[in-house]
Amino acid sequence: MLSIKNLTVNVNDKQILKGINLEIKAGEIHAIMGPNGSGKSTLSHVLSGKGGYTVTGGSATYQGKDLLEMAPEIRAREGVFLAFQYPVEIPGVSNIYLLKAALNSIRKHNGQPEVDAMDFLMLVKEKVRLLEMDEKFLYRAVNEGFSGGEKKRNEILQMAILEPKLCIMDETDSGLDIDALKIVSEGVNSLRSPERSFVMVTHYQRLLDYIKPDKVHVLAHGQIVKSGGADLALELEEKGYSWVEEAAA
Amino acid sequence: MNTAIASRYAAEYPTIAPALPGQNLPWLQTLRAKALEQFSALGFPSPREEEWRYTNVSGIEKKLFSPSTGLTAADVDAEWLKAYQLQDAWILVLVDGHFSAELSVLDGLPEAISVMSMADALTTQPDKVEQYLGLAADQSEHSFIAFNTAWFTDGLFVHVPAKLVLDKPIQLLHIVTDSDAMATTRNIIIAEALAEVKVIETFIGVTNAYLTAAVTEIFVGQNADLTLYKMQSESEKAYHFGGSYIKQARDARFTHHNFAFGGLLARSDIHVDLDHASECELNGLYLGVKRQHIDNHTRINHLKPYAISRELYKGVLDDRARGVFQGRVIVAVDAQKTDSQMNNRNLLLSDDAEADTKPQLEIYADDVKCGHGVTVGQLDEKSVFYLQSRCVDEETARNMLTFAFANEMVDKIKIRGLHDMILEQVLARFPQQGVNKEWL
Repeated sequence: MLSIKNLTVNVNDKQILKGINLEIKAGEIHAIMGPNGSGKSTLSHVLSGKGGYTVTGGSATYQGKDLLEMAPEIRAREGVFLAFQYPVEIPGVSNIYLLKAALNSIRKHNGQPEVDAMDFLMLVKEKVRLLEMDEKFLYRAVNEGFSGGEKKRNEILQMAILEPKLCIMDETDSGLDIDALKIVSEGVNSLRSPERSFVMVTHYQRLLDYIKPDKVHVLAHGQIVKSGGADLALELEEKGYSWVEEAAA
Repeated sequence: MNTAIASRYAAEYPTIAPALPGQNLPWLQTLRAKALEQFSALGFPSPREEEWRYTNVSGIEKKLFSPSTGLTAADVDAEWLKAYQLQDAWILVLVDGHFSAELSVLDGLPEAISVMSMADALTTQPDKVEQYLGLAADQSEHSFIAFNTAWFTDGLFVHVPAKLVLDKPIQLLHIVTDSDAMATTRNIIIAEALAEVKVIETFIGVTNAYLTAAVTEIFVGQNADLTLYKMQSESEKAYHFGGSYIKQARDARFTHHNFAFGGLLARSDIHVDLDHASECELNGLYLGVKRQHIDNHTRINHLKPYAISRELYKGVLDDRARGVFQGRVIVAVDAQKTDSQMNNRNLLLSDDAEADTKPQLEIYADDVKCGHGVTVGQLDEKSVFYLQSRCVDEETARNMLTFAFANEMVDKIKIRGLHDMILEQVLARFPQQGVNKEWL
């Protein structure tokens, strides 16, 4: 699905990622953990194509294609989905408008006709029910005035409708209380499939109580310093990050 | 100050005056004479006046606009007009400043309510008009009000008695069809206690340069609820001055939705006086293209305690257009517990566009909650990226966000027909590639 080789990235001439190597197979869930300033968010932003980052070396290959060459919207249409840490509020654009624009962009990209209005409405309403959301959400402006939990749930709703192949979850648990965390996690778990991979970028282990990863990587000072199974997250929770940072030093 | 042009207007006045309504009313004659005197002395406002510092009206002074006469309903293109007539509304049409009975739709009004032309009101209920005319609009404020008082040819008069809730809106359709014409109209809207009414002012024009000078005085009674919509879509060479002066009684609600789209030079003044625990909401959207100059000037007077005011004006300016926002909130010394919020947001789409914004808070009470915020800028890059990450290409994302910026104000309109009409106007001015109307 995704193969990252020796990726180095600068922000304002400062090297933030110092040679990342990562192999993610279809259907796998990888957790990227690390302390603040380790480069976690930079990694998710670079993969989704956000501006302000300079790739100075290495590669990221997504389904055999050079991911870093693509414009952000092309990556999205090819099936890369970034779930934002802080989803942006867009007054004046309704949720349902954005969903329709996004879905039709993907369909156009794949040479398919625009989605039928009735089919679309049925699809959206079904997903809304699945995520225990209020239908009124659809007609409200994107994320405007939403609580932290509602914003994150909205990201999952978009994901459920756009059916991406690679989901990059940037600090999904930040700002969520335990109930919201459960609902969001259930949403993610319901989207797990053998064809879909997840990259969960997180500071804390608690998200991984709900979404069980196949692999856990620890990022420190711009490098992956340790990789392991789900147990590694528990060990980190217990011992803190200094343990791996020291071990790597 | 340019009094040369004022003297030319004054010199013409005696030939025009006999045709103005209310000739038999001594109080009105006195009022008009005083206004004429004021205008003659001052001329049109000059940028040297603080409240006009960003708006130079010298373009208006270059020619003498004259009241138009003799036009009939037959001179108005019915098809064109249709696009601006709301379904399910009572409509009063003014053509070049004169009431047109043929084009108006006033059948089936409840018995108790008055919706009529100002000329009719001056004939049938002059005492009522005398009681209110000039009560909210102070003609010493600036000379456009004096000009309007001296020259007004007609207008709209609405009186809604206490407790009456009007289920259909009243539309004032203000049309100018004649080049070099001046359309000078005076409107009075009275909502007595507990009444509910929605009024829509629509300004349109088909010719080149003309001058609209409209003054609307509004009285919202105790616990009454009045919503005023203004859609200014004058022709692109027109000059527009529109003043709305509102007096709210205790616990009254007033909401204004002000859409400024047309005119070469357009200025709106909105002045609100708030009594005890009354509430006002002022919303505005101005879209400027080419060399348009659009000025909105609001003043909210918190005169008594516990009143609430909310204000949001947004502007989108392209090409060499210039938008001006001057917003004053004045909190009187005994207006304790005032709650006031004023915001002005501007989006500049070209390097040559300009936004001048000047919020002013003058607070004389000590226990109040007042805030204001102003932005002038480009689109938020975080939003652009968010849309891109949702499969939308960059150009479409920018167009969507520009549209959305304006659409936030359009979405506040709950009258379906009006909402759609204003949406058309927005889309016509910014033909946004990638904004799919069918999906809205």
